Amino acid sequence: MKRLIGAATALALMLPGAAVAQDTIKIGILVATEGAFAAGGADGIRNVELALKQVGNMAGGKKIETVVAPTDTTPATATRMARKLIEQDKVDIILGPLSGSEGIAMRDYAKTIPDKTVINGISGALETTWVDPAPNFFRFNLDGAQWGSGLGEYVVKKGWKKVASVSADYSFGYTNFLGFAVGFCKAGGELVERLWVPLGSSDYAGVIAKLPDDVDAIYLGMGGTDSINFLNQYQQAGGKAKLIGGSIMADPTVLSSKGKAKDALIGTPTSGWLANDNPAPEWQAYIKAYQEAFPADKRLPSPSLFGVGYHVNALAMIAALNEVKGDLSDGHKKFHAALSKLKVKTPLGEISLNENRQASGSVFVTEVSANADGTLSNKMVGRVDNVTQTLGMTADQFRAMGLPSRTTPDCKALGGK
Amino acid sequence: MADVLPTVAPRKSLLALERIPAPVWVLGLLLLAMPAFASNFVLFQIFGWSFILGMIALSLMVLAGYGGMVSLIQMTVAALAGYVVAILGTSGVTQISLGWPWWLYIPLAILIAAVFGTLVGALAVRTEGIYTIMITLAIAAAFFYFTRQNYGIFNGYTGFNNVIPPAWFGVDWRQAVPFYYMTLACAVLSYLAVLWMSRTPFGLALQGVRDNPRRMAALGFSVTAHRIVAYTFASVIAAVGGILLVWQNAQVTPGTAGIPQVIDILVIAVVGGLKRPIGPFIGALIYAILSVFASDILHAIGMSGERFKLVVGLGFLAVVGFSPDGVLGLWDKYQARREANRDPLLGGGR
Repeated sequence: MKRLIGAATALALMLPGAAVAQDTIKIGILVATEGAFAAGGADGIRNVELALKQVGNMAGGKKIETVVAPTDTTPATATRMARKLIEQDKVDIILGPLSGSEGIAMRDYAKTIPDKTVINGISGALETTWVDPAPNFFRFNLDGAQWGSGLGEYVVKKGWKKVASVSADYSFGYTNFLGFAVGFCKAGGELVERLWVPLGSSDYAGVIAKLPDDVDAIYLGMGGTDSINFLNQYQQAGGKAKLIGGSIMADPTVLSSKGKAKDALIGTPTSGWLANDNPAPEWQAYIKAYQEAFPADKRLPSPSLFGVGYHVNALAMIAALNEVKGDLSDGHKKFHAALSKLKVKTPLGEISLNENRQASGSVFVTEVSANADGTLSNKMVGRVDNVTQTLGMTADQFRAMGLPSRTTPDCKALGGK
Repeated sequence: MADVLPTVAPRKSLLALERIPAPVWVLGLLLLAMPAFASNFVLFQIFGWSFILGMIALSLMVLAGYGGMVSLIQMTVAALAGYVVAILGTSGVTQISLGWPWWLYIPLAILIAAVFGTLVGALAVRTEGIYTIMITLAIAAAFFYFTRQNYGIFNGYTGFNNVIPPAWFGVDWRQAVPFYYMTLACAVLSYLAVLWMSRTPFGLALQGVRDNPRRMAALGFSVTAHRIVAYTFASVIAAVGGILLVWQNAQVTPGTAGIPQVIDILVIAVVGGLKRPIGPFIGALIYAILSVFASDILHAIGMSGERFKLVVGLGFLAVVGFSPDGVLGLWDKYQARREANRDPLLGGGR
C-alpha cells in the first residue's frame, strides 16, 4: 500500500503541467496569505476575481484561468512560488506580489523569464521600477513614495511642524516615509527623530518609551496587524499625541479590526492611493460592484488598498489582452508593447505608465473619522493629481537624494529643519 | 542501505560493490536518470531543495542521532555561510559585497560557519536535553534579529539579492539540470561522509558518549571535546547546504534563518527519522512536496488555498503520530513484522 502511494506521488510529480489549450490564458496570482498582510492578501484575490467576473472570465477572446500561489511576504517564498507558477502550473502571466521586498525579488526573477509577463499586485518598493527595472515587469499602481505625496504639505498647513516618526524597518517603510518626508521638509517641517521597528513585531514598549514629548505629531508608518499592536500598546502607555498615518496605517483592514485600538486613529491624516468617499462615479461604481459581488461577511466593508492594487493591475492586464486579441504567441512581445502604451480606465481614473513601466496618478489625503454607527472610515480632505515616480523632481534631482533608507531623505537638504 | 562502505581498497572493490544491496543500485540509477523524465521544476525546486534541506537536517541528525544533542542552530549556521558568500563574493548589493573570487569565499564561508557552529557547540554542550534546545534556539533568534537590524554588514531586512554560483566550466549552475546534479553530488558526499564518520573511532566514541557519558569519561574519553567536534563536523555539512540554498534562491535575507525555518529543520529531521542519515533526506522530500503543493491539494478538495499551512501541519502530525521515529520508523516496523511472520525453521512467510 505504502509503495502504491509512493508510486502515485512520484507519478504525479513527474507529469509535466497539463498542456495549456490554445484558447485559454493562465494567470498566476502571487499573493501573501499569511503574516501581517494576510487580510490584505485575501482582499487582493477577491478583487482579481471581481475584475475577471466583470468580463465573464474572458479577455482578448480567450478564457482566463487562475491559479493562486500563496506566499508569506518573504522574497524567498515569493520566488519559489513564482517559479512554481511558471514551471509547474505553466501560467502565462503572474499577477503579484503584495509586499515591497517580494516586488524586488520578482523584478530579478522577471529578468530570467523574458518571454513571460509579471504585472504587479500592490508591492510598492521604489527600487522595483527605479533601479535596473525588468523589461517585462509592469506596475499600474503607484509606489510607496508616491503614496506619501501631499501628506507632508497638508500637516504643515495644519500647523504640525515638529514631527517624530515610527515606521516599519523595511523597504516599504522607508519608501512610504520618504514620500511624506520630501513634502514635509520642502514645506519647512522639522523631523525630530526617526525610529524604526521590525516588520511583524509584537512588542513596541521600547520604542513607545523613546518617543519624544515635545512634538506636534507622530508619524506612524506601519500596516496590518503591526498597526493594531502598536496602537494597543500606545494607548495602554497613555499616549495622547496627534498622529499622522502612513499609507497602510489606516487602511480598511485596520479600520475594520475588532477592539478599541483603532479609535486612537480618529482625526489622523493619512495619504494614499485611494479615498473611500472619492465622489468620482467610476470609484463609486467600483465600490458598489465590490459590495454586491461578495456577501458582507466574506469581504471588507470597502475594498482595501491591497485589493484596489490587485484590481487595477488585473484591469490593466485584461485591457492589454483585449488589445492584442489574446495573442501571446510571439513571446509576449506585442503584449508587452500594449501594456507599455496602455491608457487603462480604472476606478481611480485613467492610468498610464512611464518609461520605467511605472504608473503616475493621483494621491488622496484623507482623515480618519468616526461614523454614526461607531465604525471608522477615511474622509477625503485633499487630492494631488499626476504624482510622478520622481515626486515632481527631475530624475537627476531624485537620484541625488539617494534611495530610501533609514536616513534618506536628508531633511535639511530639502529645506526643512 | 546501511551496508554501504564509502572507502574501500581497490583489491576489494568488486567484493564491496557486490555487497551493495539491489535497492541502493535502483535508487542510485533512478536519481542519476531523473533529468530524463522529470520536469525542470521538479528537478530544481523539489529535488534540489530537498537535497539542500536534507543536508542541513542531516547535520542535525549527526548531532541528535549520534551525539544525543538536539541543536536548533543548524539553519543559522547554514544561513551564515550563505551570508558570507554574499558578502565576500558578488551580489546585487554592490556597496557591501567585496567581489572576491570563489576559491577564496567558498572555503572562507565554510570556515567561518564552522567556527561559529563550534563556538555555539562549545557553549551548548555544557547543557543537556531541553536546555540545549533552548540555548541554541536563543542564539538562532539573536542571529535573526541581528541580521535584520544590522545594515553595515548584513544589509538589514532586505539582505542580499542576485547571489549566483560561479560559472565553473562555463556552465550556468542555476539551470535545472546542472543544479540538480550539483546538489545531488553534495548530498551524496555529505551522506557518505556522515556514514564514514559514524564508523570511525571518533564516531563510535561519540555514540558511546551519547549512550553513557559517565562510562566514556571513566574510560578516558573527553566527553566535551567529542561533542564539540561533532558540532564542527555538522557545521561543515550545514554550511555547504547553506551555500547551495543561497545559490538556489539567488538571495539571502534574515528570513532565511527565521524562527519558523529553524524549527522546520527540526521537523524535517524528526519526520524523516533521526536514527540513520537517510532519514533527513526523506523528511526533506516530504516537506518540499507538502510546502509547494499543499495549496493545490486544498483546491482539489474544494477548500480555500489560504489554509495551506494546515495541510503541512496535519501531514507532519500524521507521520509523527503513527511513528515517533519518523518515516524510517515506519519502514523498520514493516521489516520487523516481516521478520516476525517468518517461519523460524523453514524461512519464508507463514
